[in-house]
Amino acid sequence: MSGDGAHRHDSALKHVTGEARYIDDLAEPAGLLHGCFGLSARAHARLAKVDLTAVRSAPGVVDVIGAGDVAGLNDVSPTHRHDEPLLAVDEVHYAGQPIFVVAATTRDLARRAAKLAKITYEPLEAVLDVARARDLVFPGMTLSRGDARKAIEAAPRRLSGTMRIGGQEHFYLEGQIAMALPGEDDDVTVFSSTQHPSEIQTMVAQVLGVAAHAVTVEVRRMGGGFGGKETQGNHYACAAALLAKRTGRAVKIRPDRDDDMVMTGKRHGFVVAYEVGFDDDGRIHGIDMRYDGQCGWSSDLSGPVTDRALFHADNCYFYPAVHLTSRPLKTNTVSNTAFRGFGGPQGMVGCERVIEEIAFATGLDPLEVRKRNFYGTSDRNVTPYHQKVEDNVVHEIVAELERSAAYAKRREAIAAFNRDNPVLKRGMALTPVKFGISFTLTAYNQAGALVHVYKDGSVHLNHGGTEMGQGLYVKVAQVVARTFSIALDQVKITATTTAKVPNTSATAASSGADLNGKAAEAAALTIRSRLVEFACENWSVPEEQVVFEAGRVRVGNQDMSFAELVKAAYFGRVSLSSTGFYKTPDIHWDRDAGRGKPFYYFAYGAACSEVVVDTLTGEYRLLRTDILHDCGHSLNPVIDRGQIEGGFVQGMGWLTMEELVWDAEGRLTTHAPSTYKIPTMSDRPRIFNVDFLADNPNRADTIYRSKAVGEPPLMLAISVLHALSDAVAATVGHRRCPGLDAPATPERVLAAIERLRAEAP
Amino acid sequence: MREGIRFVLGGETVEVTGVDPTTTVLDWLRLERRRTGTKEGCNEGDCGACTVVVERLVDDRLERRTVNACIQLLGSLDGARLLTVEDLAAGGTLHPVQRAMVDHHGAQCGFCTPGIVMSLYALRQRYDALPDERTLDDALAGNLCRCTGYAPIARAAAAAFEADAAPLAEPREALAALRDEEVAHLQSDGRHFFAPATMDQLTDLLERHPDAFIVAGTTDVALWITKAMRRLEVVIWIGRIAALRRIEDGRESLRIGAAVTWSEAMPHLTALYPDMTEMLRRFASPPIRNAATVGGNIANGSPIGDGSPALIAADAVLHLRRGPSSRSLPLEDFFISYGKQDRAQGEFVQHIDIPKKRGDVFYRCYKISKRFDQDISAVLAAFRLTFDGEVVNEARLAFGGMAATPRRAGAAEAALTGKSLSQATIDAAKEALKRDFTPIDDMRASAAYRMRAAQNLLQRCWLERSEPAAATRLDGVDALLEPVS
Repeated sequence: MSGDGAHRHDSALKHVTGEARYIDDLAEPAGLLHGCFGLSARAHARLAKVDLTAVRSAPGVVDVIGAGDVAGLNDVSPTHRHDEPLLAVDEVHYAGQPIFVVAATTRDLARRAAKLAKITYEPLEAVLDVARARDLVFPGMTLSRGDARKAIEAAPRRLSGTMRIGGQEHFYLEGQIAMALPGEDDDVTVFSSTQHPSEIQTMVAQVLGVAAHAVTVEVRRMGGGFGGKETQGNHYACAAALLAKRTGRAVKIRPDRDDDMVMTGKRHGFVVAYEVGFDDDGRIHGIDMRYDGQCGWSSDLSGPVTDRALFHADNCYFYPAVHLTSRPLKTNTVSNTAFRGFGGPQGMVGCERVIEEIAFATGLDPLEVRKRNFYGTSDRNVTPYHQKVEDNVVHEIVAELERSAAYAKRREAIAAFNRDNPVLKRGMALTPVKFGISFTLTAYNQAGALVHVYKDGSVHLNHGGTEMGQGLYVKVAQVVARTFSIALDQVKITATTTAKVPNTSATAASSGADLNGKAAEAAALTIRSRLVEFACENWSVPEEQVVFEAGRVRVGNQDMSFAELVKAAYFGRVSLSSTGFYKTPDIHWDRDAGRGKPFYYFAYGAACSEVVVDTLTGEYRLLRTDILHDCGHSLNPVIDRGQIEGGFVQGMGWLTMEELVWDAEGRLTTHAPSTYKIPTMSDRPRIFNVDFLADNPNRADTIYRSKAVGEPPLMLAISVLHALSDAVAATVGHRRCPGLDAPATPERVLAAIERLRAEAP
Repeated sequence: MREGIRFVLGGETVEVTGVDPTTTVLDWLRLERRRTGTKEGCNEGDCGACTVVVERLVDDRLERRTVNACIQLLGSLDGARLLTVEDLAAGGTLHPVQRAMVDHHGAQCGFCTPGIVMSLYALRQRYDALPDERTLDDALAGNLCRCTGYAPIARAAAAAFEADAAPLAEPREALAALRDEEVAHLQSDGRHFFAPATMDQLTDLLERHPDAFIVAGTTDVALWITKAMRRLEVVIWIGRIAALRRIEDGRESLRIGAAVTWSEAMPHLTALYPDMTEMLRRFASPPIRNAATVGGNIANGSPIGDGSPALIAADAVLHLRRGPSSRSLPLEDFFISYGKQDRAQGEFVQHIDIPKKRGDVFYRCYKISKRFDQDISAVLAAFRLTFDGEVVNEARLAFGGMAATPRRAGAAEAALTGKSLSQATIDAAKEALKRDFTPIDDMRASAAYRMRAAQNLLQRCWLERSEPAAATRLDGVDALLEPVS
């Protein structure tokens, strides 16, 4: 009855029966048109001529628009740097950039028409490799504490190296989609598969040249987001709205999967250069790292993404002296964007490579090096950005996991296996995670909610968060149900819409439940205190004699249902509707100074993974993963478990089989699931043990002392990369660091094995 | 000739005429019927969000299989029953697989869920008890989920076998009523889909439409429609022709008709050559193997199809037919160059013969891909060595992914033939492989990796011959290792 606990996903029944409606499933208005973008075939070129005659005269075509037809501002850059037009003007900057959009009576006809454009390109030099990129899309950041250079030079030992880390396609199962319905005056309603309805609203208003109040954006659910629908829905929503206003007809745009993958941004690839000074005990004295992010052709969210990489270049480790820089570099590839972890995973992967290098240099077990460099709980606890780590539980987590996963015993078994088997080699690694929770742009750490209580006691809930499968809606509904002490099914969860809660932040940065849970609680508490006040007056009892419990309310000696109290309050002319608002307290950040408290708290976890590698082909299987994760006091353990298991496997895909490949002309060649391989059923660990850290309520005052769980588990998959590296190293008796880059495809694994064998005496 | 096609949708017999002759099952469901439970995720048969179940009466047996609705032509439903996610709980009660998916939190965003439910439904109908993990993994290899990490889906699958599953009403009578021997025909704007029921009808149609596209499983040709936006003028679907769906397991050879699917051929092929098992399990996914045919995999001439090298190594013979005349040729000779096969206009693949070789025959089939399951191979190697004592008297080394066609490695074969197998002869064969092939770089693998991996597969073959007890395979390795707890 209380709002606490293991409630299943609110749409579970609809998911399994096919009744859950996604935007393409909504009933279509009569006369609906379908839009299709025409895309650049070149990575960098001047548009000498764009001849759309054949497109216009193709069967079924109703309208065709280019950059010159944009009513308002031809810009959809999410950080308002005006570096990303809706439709290309004069020049194209990546293969896949939208040049025009056509609307036709069927989707098939629109797709056919879009192919008929005759575009003459004058090629310009294209920068495709981040290692060759020089221009920045956003100013870089520096974090520094102490004199890193001096510490490195004074350290007994030193090493340096570079690591390449690949990007990742989101592969949300439901592709991008928007459907716009024109209204009267300037009005337009847009159904958009977006994690950020308020931004879609802003962009549509900007592109149409109308006020934000004319634009309503709604989304009930997405078929997956993972960051890929934080800004990447802008094109589809804006173009659909433009065409709808021009034609007076509803317009839907749903790109084919290949177009979606070619057009939309992905996780940033990085090149990480590192230099570290350390001692024979494996302790780091000083470190200097540079993170070069492949941002693509425009800024999008690359500034904050590369910032977050630096914020996680320490992972769980204390650097006595540190110097970190980021360079958000411009390339003529798709503009990279948010993806679960938002740069943090790349930051940690770079850091863990350094730890591994130190382990091989000193001959210590990498886990031992990790433990020796952990942040302290009362000292050695200042991050490179000068925030103190005050909630450190990594020691407990790793100690417990080491025990439950039988780390030491399995190390021996693996060594014995490897002695006996020349072809198959096993490897294991245990890696920790510490992830900072809050948007680093402080303003985003706010949320609103709207709660109505109807006369029958049923409750209507709305908030700014969006549902992409992560279970946010049910978590927030639990908070409202618990606040009123009513059953969860009395709370109606409603689609996110800009018309009910304005000026929302993206559902991102793992913040959804923290922010919207608190905002909804505030709204419900306001109504509850009005009910209490009314009850006190009406029945002349003191406040403490009004008790909400299990769907009932005791007022003095009277017992009534929640609905009865509500009905009485209505006749007493009490307002039964309220907004709620929340802003995260106690955070601040000065980017220029590289100082502040950007994070409200940290979420922790650790994973131990074991693999077996075929040293003839580089192929491998994931045998076992044990995870211990910190969800604080979990709001909903079954939902949180899903985030941990799913995040881990998604991260494992990123670091192993998921490889983005561009050809020499800068065209993405892995633009469909036939060529871009995300994990499938048999890729999950054969043994998969997931546990929560017990008795660790969040020390920060979050909703019911829970912790954010959307992103942190993704980074548990770093254990797989290092287990593979361990297996590779086993081919030469662990004498050298394999330097295995990501993604560790079978090809990279085999190359690492051959490199080691060639180098090893 | 019968205008229109007839099939059973859930419980209702429908007749369809006048649609685009190459419309897909998925488009028809979503656009014509607005039956939107079945989702489009990729439109190329790789993600499984559109998985549906097709039931067909074969003789008196009800055959049930999952397929990808996005790459099945609507016409291929003629005479069958189509089940979609909406049908499973049609009586108002969740099917046990749906119940288990709810109870075990098998859905997060829910978009892949209808497809997963249909794959689990087919699995639940096929087995009485939860099959082993490899079978479960295989059953879902064609259903991508980006949210859950699959663990809860595996838990749901196990739970679904604990509950009784009342079978949905079998459509035998309705399907029997649809049986006929007429050519089913769809036409629109002068474009045609024909579904002949007999060989004579097929040869007649081909005489009238020599440039028609002959399709069976459409797992490749449908992409011309969904991705390349080609308008095929005349399509002939051969899936109704019993003579082409026949498998004849004789004393001297195994004969596989052109319209036999990989799923149907699998038990026969693996009985003949057990080492094909791993490759065939990793070959595409069940919904693809349930539709794709052995004949189609050969006829499309792809350099990266797994079937052709596996069968070339097995010395398969291809039988082609045009009108009343037929001819046969060694399978390897069918592939002339990239995109070009030895097939005349109007000629079609009739069947494939795989001889049953006796004696000391050592057959190995190895697949290498970026993702272990359901991925196109970077390299496919199939070796058949015939021994006379210790001496190799015949070596057939066939590769996919190494050249513009599937083909044999003549120099490497020569390095082994007449020799007794040793590390030295294997090394010579590995070296010779460089003369046989100049592979290419693409998104699946670099040329260097392809060559090195291909050489290493010869090494593996030698290891498996010389040290049969050595652990050399990842497939099923979890059973071998039993990690300590």
